[in-house]
Amino acid sequence: MSMNNHDQHAQAHNLHEEHHDHEESFVSKYIFSMDHKTISRQFLITAVIMAFLAMMMSVLFRLQLAWPGEKFAIINFILGDKWGKDGILDPGMYMALVTIHGTIMVFMVLTGGLSGTFSNLLIPYQIGARDMASGFLNMLSYWFFFLSSVIMMAGFFVETGPASGGWTVYPPLSALPQAMDGSKLGMTLWLVSMSLFIISSLLGGLNYIVTVLNLRTKGMSMTRLPLTIWAFFITAILGVLSFPVLFSAALLLIFDRSFGTSFYLSDIYIGGQALEQTGGSPILYLHLFWFLGHPEVYIIILPALGLTSEIISVNARKPIFGYRAMIGSIIAIGFLSFIVWAHHMYITGMNPFLGSVFVFTTLLIAIPSAVKAFNYITTLWKGNIRFTPAMLFAIGLVSTFISGGLTGIILADSTLDIHVHDTYFVVAHFHIVMGVSAILGMLAGVYHWFPKLFLRHMNKKLGYIHFWGTFISAYGVFFPMHFLGLAGVPRRYYNNTAFPMFDNLVDINVLITIFAILGALSQVVFLFNFFYSMFRGPKSEQNPWGSNTLEWTTPMANTHGNWPGALPTVYRWPYDYSKPGKEKDFVPQTVPLVDGETDGGGH
Amino acid sequence: MIKFLVYVAIILTIVAIGYLARVFELASKLKGTKPHEVSDKDNKFMSKVILTWLIVFFTFVIWNLKKFVPLMLPEAASEHGVEMDWLYNFNWAIIFFVFTITQALLFFFAYKYYGRKGNVATYFPHNNKIEMIWTVIPAIVLSVIIILGLKQWNKITAPASDDAIVIQLYAKQFDWTARYAGKDNQLGESNYKLITDVNALGMDSADSKGFDDIIVKNEIHIPLNKEISFKLNSRDVIHSAYFPHFRSQMNCVPGMTTVIHFKPIITTAQMREKPEVKRQMAGINARRAERGDKPAEFDYILLCNKICGNSHYNMQMTVVVDTEEDYKKWLASKKPFFDKSIEVASK
Repeated sequence: MSMNNHDQHAQAHNLHEEHHDHEESFVSKYIFSMDHKTISRQFLITAVIMAFLAMMMSVLFRLQLAWPGEKFAIINFILGDKWGKDGILDPGMYMALVTIHGTIMVFMVLTGGLSGTFSNLLIPYQIGARDMASGFLNMLSYWFFFLSSVIMMAGFFVETGPASGGWTVYPPLSALPQAMDGSKLGMTLWLVSMSLFIISSLLGGLNYIVTVLNLRTKGMSMTRLPLTIWAFFITAILGVLSFPVLFSAALLLIFDRSFGTSFYLSDIYIGGQALEQTGGSPILYLHLFWFLGHPEVYIIILPALGLTSEIISVNARKPIFGYRAMIGSIIAIGFLSFIVWAHHMYITGMNPFLGSVFVFTTLLIAIPSAVKAFNYITTLWKGNIRFTPAMLFAIGLVSTFISGGLTGIILADSTLDIHVHDTYFVVAHFHIVMGVSAILGMLAGVYHWFPKLFLRHMNKKLGYIHFWGTFISAYGVFFPMHFLGLAGVPRRYYNNTAFPMFDNLVDINVLITIFAILGALSQVVFLFNFFYSMFRGPKSEQNPWGSNTLEWTTPMANTHGNWPGALPTVYRWPYDYSKPGKEKDFVPQTVPLVDGETDGGGH
Repeated sequence: MIKFLVYVAIILTIVAIGYLARVFELASKLKGTKPHEVSDKDNKFMSKVILTWLIVFFTFVIWNLKKFVPLMLPEAASEHGVEMDWLYNFNWAIIFFVFTITQALLFFFAYKYYGRKGNVATYFPHNNKIEMIWTVIPAIVLSVIIILGLKQWNKITAPASDDAIVIQLYAKQFDWTARYAGKDNQLGESNYKLITDVNALGMDSADSKGFDDIIVKNEIHIPLNKEISFKLNSRDVIHSAYFPHFRSQMNCVPGMTTVIHFKPIITTAQMREKPEVKRQMAGINARRAERGDKPAEFDYILLCNKICGNSHYNMQMTVVVDTEEDYKKWLASKKPFFDKSIEVASK
């Protein structure tokens, strides 16, 4: 009897195995997959498509800014007669493009796309786990993200157009349908999309935290984690603590819009009518929004910095300089990011004394950021640098992170912020420090981990062309933009020639647009390389970059469970590159310490 | 036809890149190298590109400064603005110093230490002493920046003096209205529920403080060397009152009153005579002539600097700084709002 039971059990087990290996249906393998690698690929491909759409939007409004009133066939071609009559961009559509470009880039690409792709790919791989703690929640996280992306784009297909109050959607503008077309159905879609996005982000974030804390393999202590994992871990904590606050902000806005409440509305006369609402304050929304909004920029940049740390170390063939200081900086940045939000609000009517507190905390955050930059530069010093496209993108990130970080000093200083608040100076600053930097970090990650994502290599030379095209145009676009801001040009102006003051700045706008188009063309090279290499790129060997981390100890196949046999055991930190006395210039984490050898960067 | 050509062009571009990729791959196959592997030759070539970039980058920065700095705003026209500009320059000096050193080191190291087969990188995992130095030095520099900034911030945001001239700036989609407090220098009560076509600010006719209030549109005049205290309100969405020439800005928030104050130190007429301004206006008028627009004269301006709707880009008002004499003359020519409306009603 007992024998029989055992047999049945074994048979069932066999069937189960077989099901896993051979009979997984197309739907469960590629669509509703619970495998972290597939989910990572889904996030990446969705994000690449969304990024391309958002970039196209930016080219359209850049055309308007450089040559206002000029007719462009492409504007009519894409937007039709309603929003691009005769090839001239409609002012309402201009606002909508700016808004949706910002929302997609900040949330869909650099939050969902960046964390979704690389946290999913690298957390299980680099900590030595078979998958995420909950594959099911992970799958839901992607599908909520997908739905949210679709609904965000759906705004372009409703009669009144998408949301157009800027990506921060400040009420009362966003709360009152009378205020602009973009505050009608498009705004509702924006709020629905964002709510779904927050759910996706929370499901993902909780999963990342639990996985990092509980599923590390034997020997993988917290101080042996690669900096990528530290960055993803702190990022996930930031997301879990701050996104619910955005959700509450969105919920109250939905109430104000649809149910006649007055959380954000007070004493308003619009459309020939005095509204009933009184006693609310838009400042409340600003506080709630930026309580997410500021940690959000670190949610964007920390994963990019994490990827960069790994890529710079591997390709400089040197340990990352100051490993523990890097962890300390990530934690310090994460902590401080929660007490700086009101630096977006110095001149919004918040008490000036409160402003001074935030000046102090904001400038404090420059210290760990500076430490990180110095550590990257020192890692390059006396290295043996291999210029893969990924390495170039990582070096590019360090450069833009420094440039953008430095102009942050101006904006953090409340006195100086008075003059450039909401001007193009702000646009230039945040695009360089978090937009360009994070995109460069993400692209570095794509080139570096492409063999783990698609088992193949991307084309190196197209990668070089892509890097230089992107990097040169990034500075070409955003460096001159600072001058527009210092000259007092406000952001979100449809046109700068309505009055004489800015007429002599038109050259700057033309220069910026030319570089923007060049940058967009460079991304076409990437798009081609990405999809072509996915299917036709040369197959990769197991550890093409000579890396120490665990993901390169798995076979080059989409094995469910990652390691065919037992999980690997970890004996050392991940940065033993060019260690004296070793045969090769890298020592994988799975190699035991020899007698007398110290771990973690000790000599 | 155009659509068709666009499609063809897109497809041809993709095909062209595809062939390019194939050529790269076949060429590397012929040479017997793996296409993704970075050879010593690649490293050396890329290091030279990086050095070139470093030079091009700094040249571009200097070219930008040379070309665009002359287009920046003329000297500050307010008392606090002069000190703010000094603070800007102080910060810029620090920023450019750090920028030059870090960017130069970053790209120079990348150039110098390009990889060569057989070379081994120096194992240099950490050094507490230098890490301490580059934590402490930024901390000290930032403290100086914070102290200087906050000193100025406290001065700018301190309450306006009692004898400051009170002007309300009232924002709505998409224009500005100014209300001068009149002889008593006190604004009368107003309520958004009293707004009508005629009484656009919702002024309360029961409050005697408002009887001498003067309402002005399109252009405001303010006197030289007198502190002006602005009370900011909005009737619909958030706007922002931005005076770029006076280095002053504050949001106008529906449901509450925000305040700013500054003291203008250069009249419009004086500013028009400054060589810097004359040169800039020549540039502006050259552009306008190209477009067929009338030549413009220099004016101070008040802009809306918070997204407020489709016509946000053209929500502005001219600001004129007069000598005190001219200001008084101008103000005397304006009638209080209620006097005007009584006149209209009696007609």
